[in-house]
Amino acid sequence: MATYLDHAATTPVRDSVISLYAQKLQSIGNPSSVHGFGQKARQVVEQAREDIAQAINCDRNEVVFTSGGTESDNLAVKGIFASRNEGLPSADGVPPRSIVISSGAEHHAVIEPIEWLVAERGAEAVWIPLDSSGQPDLIWLEGFLAENAHRVALISLMWANNETGSVTDVAAVAALAAKFEVPVHSDAIAAVGHCKVDFAASGLAAMSLTGHKIGAPVGRGALIVGRKTKLQGQVQGGSHERGLRAGTMDPAGSAALAAAVTFAVAELDQNLDLWRGLQQRLIDGVKAIAPETVVVAQGGQHLYNITNFIFDGCSGDSMLFMLDSAGVAVSNGSACNAGVTSASHVLEALGFSTRAASSCVRVSFGYETTIADIDAFLDALPTAVQSAKTAGFTSV
Amino acid sequence: MKILAAMSGGVDSAVAAARAVEAGHEVVGVHLALSRNSGTLRTGSRGCCTIEDSMDAQRAANLLGIPFYVWDFSERFKADVVDDFIAEYSAGRTPNPCMRCNERIKFAALLEKALALGFDAICTGHYAEVITGQTGELELHRSPALAKDQSYVLGVLTAEELKHVVFPIGATADKALVRAEAEARGLSVANKPDSYDICFIPEGDTQDWLAEKVGVAPGVIEDRSGEVLGQHRGAHGFTVGQRKGLQIGRPAIDGKPRYVLEIRPKENKVIVGPQEALAIGELAGSKFTWCGAAPANPFNWFDCEVQVRAHGDSLPAKAAIVADELVIRLNEPVFGVAPGQTAVIYLCSRVLGQTTIDRTVSALDVPLRAPQNVGANA
Repeated sequence: MATYLDHAATTPVRDSVISLYAQKLQSIGNPSSVHGFGQKARQVVEQAREDIAQAINCDRNEVVFTSGGTESDNLAVKGIFASRNEGLPSADGVPPRSIVISSGAEHHAVIEPIEWLVAERGAEAVWIPLDSSGQPDLIWLEGFLAENAHRVALISLMWANNETGSVTDVAAVAALAAKFEVPVHSDAIAAVGHCKVDFAASGLAAMSLTGHKIGAPVGRGALIVGRKTKLQGQVQGGSHERGLRAGTMDPAGSAALAAAVTFAVAELDQNLDLWRGLQQRLIDGVKAIAPETVVVAQGGQHLYNITNFIFDGCSGDSMLFMLDSAGVAVSNGSACNAGVTSASHVLEALGFSTRAASSCVRVSFGYETTIADIDAFLDALPTAVQSAKTAGFTSV
Repeated sequence: MKILAAMSGGVDSAVAAARAVEAGHEVVGVHLALSRNSGTLRTGSRGCCTIEDSMDAQRAANLLGIPFYVWDFSERFKADVVDDFIAEYSAGRTPNPCMRCNERIKFAALLEKALALGFDAICTGHYAEVITGQTGELELHRSPALAKDQSYVLGVLTAEELKHVVFPIGATADKALVRAEAEARGLSVANKPDSYDICFIPEGDTQDWLAEKVGVAPGVIEDRSGEVLGQHRGAHGFTVGQRKGLQIGRPAIDGKPRYVLEIRPKENKVIVGPQEALAIGELAGSKFTWCGAAPANPFNWFDCEVQVRAHGDSLPAKAAIVADELVIRLNEPVFGVAPGQTAVIYLCSRVLGQTTIDRTVSALDVPLRAPQNVGANA
């Protein structure tokens, strides 16, 4: 039987969410319509907003529904950058608050919008130094802000890293940035449902989340936009979602997202206990089979449901192939649109060599993951490691 | 057998994989990513290297119900094929990158990886046949689809590699049959045009691409006597045997057209002369391999045929190893052959071996009489 250990890529939709989603799909009505059908549909959307707000501790009005994490990250980075420079004169195409501070370990959904701002809007990207466990250097950040805060549009740092599982103390980042009145966005897509997330306590200006990592269907996410945060909408065509995100509201998708967030948060403590045990079993097992294996980002705060290994001398694509052939699904660095698995940019940002970053395997758990899944991985591992070592590297 | 099907996204490799599946093999599809920068490569009907090709290959694999992966060979490809191509051109030679790719990537790096990961063989959509010869050893033969025959570019395969390659469409008599089969199988690549030119160079842009990589410096065009006849804007833009585009203002004394005889990159000179001077009587190379069993005594001259370009004619010749070189003497002169090209030798339809041509000898300097057998150390 196949073993799925790639929940950080996407996790199965919960049965209860499927039922709810199917039920809501049967209702008619555009949430923006004034008639009774529309009002009922609107009620579903607004209930979902309230449920999400409750689960992650934010104001219901701060929940802006989007199509998912990538859109949320784009909206946050581009929208805050635009607002922070709105009405201020540019000099030679460079806006006064041109700097976006982020890290090389962010998801492409943050890095690429920043690169777009650099190419198209005169922005300057500043990448915060990270240690080998993925923790940003806050002393460096304070020094940088002390000198340059007046030129900084925003800081974007992820709450939990989707590849390594390292957790950043975003509240500390936000507190530091607050001294300089710089807004902080955080991509919390890997964090929600996998560690404690409290928006109000975090001090963040905005925070991205998505449904399909926690048991909702692909295609629904949210950007939590603090009430004091100024953010320019990036999609025009209606006044939906506080005018920040035009597009017909999706009652069924919103309800499904809210249900998944609610379940994930409610079950968090129970799942953390499960995952902590599973992760220990996994790491112990791997170390017994391949003692030279590096477990990434275990030094600092980290998630229990994501574990990233560097298998010395084994290319990631060989490992993935061998494990997949044995019925075990895991992943490594993100694949490009041609399907090429390249060296993990996250590991490279943490200072690992390209060779090491091409040798990583990410194992990620969901709430249904069992000891049997871990053991299936460990059973398939010796052959995979041996074959991958023989195959060597074709690219680096 | 457990077979790894290399799927370029074109019709041939898709049908080849389909036939391997149908023959009852356990087949896994793989697309080779040969460029790191695939996003910037143009999409289109090229047969490899583009996002569209990767997706076409994946779609074909999906229809065949086989697992599919994309493996990154970009650095190996750059080092072994692209950089080699540039270095060869810089040295004034005329390389064949498809041959290098077969020699070092598809049937070397990919095959090694496949064997290490538990496969028995790799399968491609090449038109050529691997058959068991009378001695019981595997032999590579021309495809019956002579117009599509690709045995030339497979001439680099060794006896060991022949044991681990499968060409399921190699014996198909006509490409049209392959297309019809793809259509019947519902493979959407059925009507995808063939790829002809070099996959890593933007379409029709070889000269500009080379100019950028090799660097352009104007120089002189002269004849063998050293008389300067004209100027060129970069020696890389010329190939041996080329007649058009020389832009030499005045005609030769005998009124006959001039051809490029030689490119001397170190001096940045292009040497031209009459067609007779292009006639080559002997080819030789030290980097030769045997495709399957070597001749019983390769140090004795033996009759064979030689082909010097992918779709060229097969010419009668004699060959032997002389002083660590595979030397090929043509019965009749051949025109416009340049160092860097590959000479593949055949015994009837069988590919016997190949060498990269290191040097050529003008037909005027080679005795026309057939050579006598010479000793091993001659």
